[in-house]
Amino acid sequence: MIAELGHFALILAFVLALVQGSLPLAGAHRQGQGRDDDGWIALAGPAALGQFVFVILAFAALTVLFVQADFSVMVVTANANSKLPLIYKISAVWGHHEGSMVLWVAILALFGLCVALFGSNLPATFRARVLGIQGLISAGFLFFILLTSNPFARLFPAPADGRDLNPLLQDPGLAFHPPFLYVGYVGFSMAFSFAIAALMEGRVDAAWARWVRPWTLAAWCFLTLGIAMGSWWAYYELGWGGFWFWDPVENASLIPWLVGTALLHSAIVVEKRDALKSWTVLLAILAFSFSLIGTFLVRSGVLTSVHAFATDPARGVFILVLLVIVIGGSLVLYALRAPSLTGGGLFSPVSREGTLLLNNLLMTAAAGTVLLGTLYPLFLDAVGGPKVSVGPPFFNATFLPLMAPMVVVMAVGPFLSWKRGDLSGAFSRLYAALGLALVVALAAWYFHRGGPVLALVALAAAAWLLFATLAELADRLRLFRAPWRECLERARSLPRAAYGMTLAHAGLALVIAGATGASLWREEHIQSSLPGDAMEVGGYEVTLEGVRQVEGPNYSADQGQFTVRREGRQVMVLKPEKRVYPVAAMPTTEAAIHTTGRGDLYVVLGDAAEDDSGAWVTRLFFTPLVVWMWIGSLVMVAGGLLSLSDRRLRVGAPRRRKKAAV
Amino acid sequence: MNWKFLLPTAIFAAIAVAFAVGLTLDSQRLPSALIDKPAPQFDLPPIAAIDGGESYGGGFSSGDLEGRVSLVNVFASWCVPCRVEHPQLMSLSRDHGVSIFGINQKDKPEDVMAWLARHGDPYRAIGADVTGRTSIDWGVYGVPETFVVDAKGRIRYRHVGPIMERDLTGTILPLIAELGS
Repeated sequence: MIAELGHFALILAFVLALVQGSLPLAGAHRQGQGRDDDGWIALAGPAALGQFVFVILAFAALTVLFVQADFSVMVVTANANSKLPLIYKISAVWGHHEGSMVLWVAILALFGLCVALFGSNLPATFRARVLGIQGLISAGFLFFILLTSNPFARLFPAPADGRDLNPLLQDPGLAFHPPFLYVGYVGFSMAFSFAIAALMEGRVDAAWARWVRPWTLAAWCFLTLGIAMGSWWAYYELGWGGFWFWDPVENASLIPWLVGTALLHSAIVVEKRDALKSWTVLLAILAFSFSLIGTFLVRSGVLTSVHAFATDPARGVFILVLLVIVIGGSLVLYALRAPSLTGGGLFSPVSREGTLLLNNLLMTAAAGTVLLGTLYPLFLDAVGGPKVSVGPPFFNATFLPLMAPMVVVMAVGPFLSWKRGDLSGAFSRLYAALGLALVVALAAWYFHRGGPVLALVALAAAAWLLFATLAELADRLRLFRAPWRECLERARSLPRAAYGMTLAHAGLALVIAGATGASLWREEHIQSSLPGDAMEVGGYEVTLEGVRQVEGPNYSADQGQFTVRREGRQVMVLKPEKRVYPVAAMPTTEAAIHTTGRGDLYVVLGDAAEDDSGAWVTRLFFTPLVVWMWIGSLVMVAGGLLSLSDRRLRVGAPRRRKKAAV
Repeated sequence: MNWKFLLPTAIFAAIAVAFAVGLTLDSQRLPSALIDKPAPQFDLPPIAAIDGGESYGGGFSSGDLEGRVSLVNVFASWCVPCRVEHPQLMSLSRDHGVSIFGINQKDKPEDVMAWLARHGDPYRAIGADVTGRTSIDWGVYGVPETFVVDAKGRIRYRHVGPIMERDLTGTILPLIAELGS
């Protein structure tokens, strides 16, 4: 009964999405031609509300089915088990293809609702267009779900128990990784809809940029958090001690992030300087397009990946058609309308705009490189070439060189003024940052003499970015130059967006430092150990005390007991596990990690020796600084949120000046 | 019309075409270095006897592949996709008279015997690859995998993953007919 209600709610949501995607757009078009048509335009809001209600009903129905473990429903049988803990029964709702698509549409509907509720500062026709485009996207995806991926399909006869959720997904870090990632992906649909609506109206101005920025910023914060959570999960769950594998699906989330970051920055230029308009509109289209392509790559099985958990050619064809309509259609509209978007603000290459544009180009070039590396095997396969896979060496050799100049420019840019900047003046205020960066590099060399030179360069770059960012803030506050009372006054009046930038840039510096330490200075020891054996790693002495059997709710495990000592004193006992989930017939490793600011001690229990010697394979890693990657990501998100709370965005943009009657 | 604004559309068109072609290709298709090469040499024992009963499957060695077109199927009772392809294997042996040899990978005798008793035994002979060593010689990535071997004992085709109805009618049966004639 609940399954049928859910299915019915999805159908109703689809019908409402069609209404939302057609009449308001037609109404706005008629209004544009001078005919008064408030009725059709006014439909957009209620339709968005109705669509949201029914999609949420469907989502709730699916959640209830999972919580009740109703094995007469196919996806529940395939992805849950009566012994599965409640939290994973809930996360299993989106731990598979059908449910994740419902989540996707639910988030899309939520964004539509937000526009309907909080978009009162938008002109009525513009809001109708934005909601109309959102409705069309939503209709496309609901149609896709109903035709190829019905989550409410029944199974007859119902089996006694389910096949259980993939054990790798039974993890708190991963339970909430997809929702965050999806809010990010789908959030870019807002920027997309705003861009398309602006192209339809043929107008992009400062007010437009102010409307787009908060949505993009919110999406960016969630995407950043989602990627960081995914990376964190890969780090502690897969048991390799790595945090980024350049897997096609990881890349599919990184590309929209890069483009979205570029969009955030170029929207500032549109807002402040009335320049880079068509470029910004293109970025808004691309950020969402890459989110869609990411969805396509995961769902179609066109690329082989550890993430491609649902592969079905029929679905692939459907999503491809959807992609061609949405992306192809919007790019054609862009080609037709963008040439008429002329900007007003001219600027010299050495200026705030100039550095923002340069960083934009580097970001998009990086996104293009990652895209090329991700799709290259597919291109080669399509023309009948050999099967290849593009691995980390390609990405390290192409992505990192693009990031290096970006970090340099990122530090200098904020010191330059709009329109025409003073480069030597900017550098004169950066001597201290440069000096501190060199000190950090020297200190790193002193402590890690054997390490690669690249690590020193990367750490120096991170330090340079961090200190330059702090110097910029100090400069704004006239710290150390004005009386403290004046500094305090300045600190109070500085807009939150300025603090947001400082935090986000400083966060990136921390991420770079963490990634450098964790990848270039990582220590790895693999050995066969008998209980009582002691091993040295990262300044710790780790002793295997023994291995015992433990039972979980839906798994059994071998649990190792490792005593960790530092300078002779016991620090803690680490208990890594090697689990077997009998229903899914799959083993997983649960690494045990001791985290400090200096680095993580990471212990993995491997297999028991096949002879009965009682020895176990143990893997010990020391990953320096890795915690700063997660802290840095959080700092970046905090910066985004702070910027989002800026008065300028909260109060909303001034109303567009009435277009002069033509 | 300014041509440079068409550039994004053109790039996307190229990507879309690649996607379309990519969808028609089977990403599961993994070429084998062993295609058109003789099958590796091996001699597998039958599935070991349990509790004083008799061993099962008769064993399987490279000599068995001479003289007729045959299918070599790597399977295990613990492998879920193997159950998916099992009806297709049953139909091949029962309805089409194809001789199928089984390599039973890393299995427990009691498990595989129960499995075969429950789902049926399509194999002409079965060899127990307890250590997985022979599977490695065949270049097997995962279970199930299936090879078509011609009458001279050369590997002619490799199928990764479960054999579905469409693989049977589309690829495997035509190939067996072609090799047999």
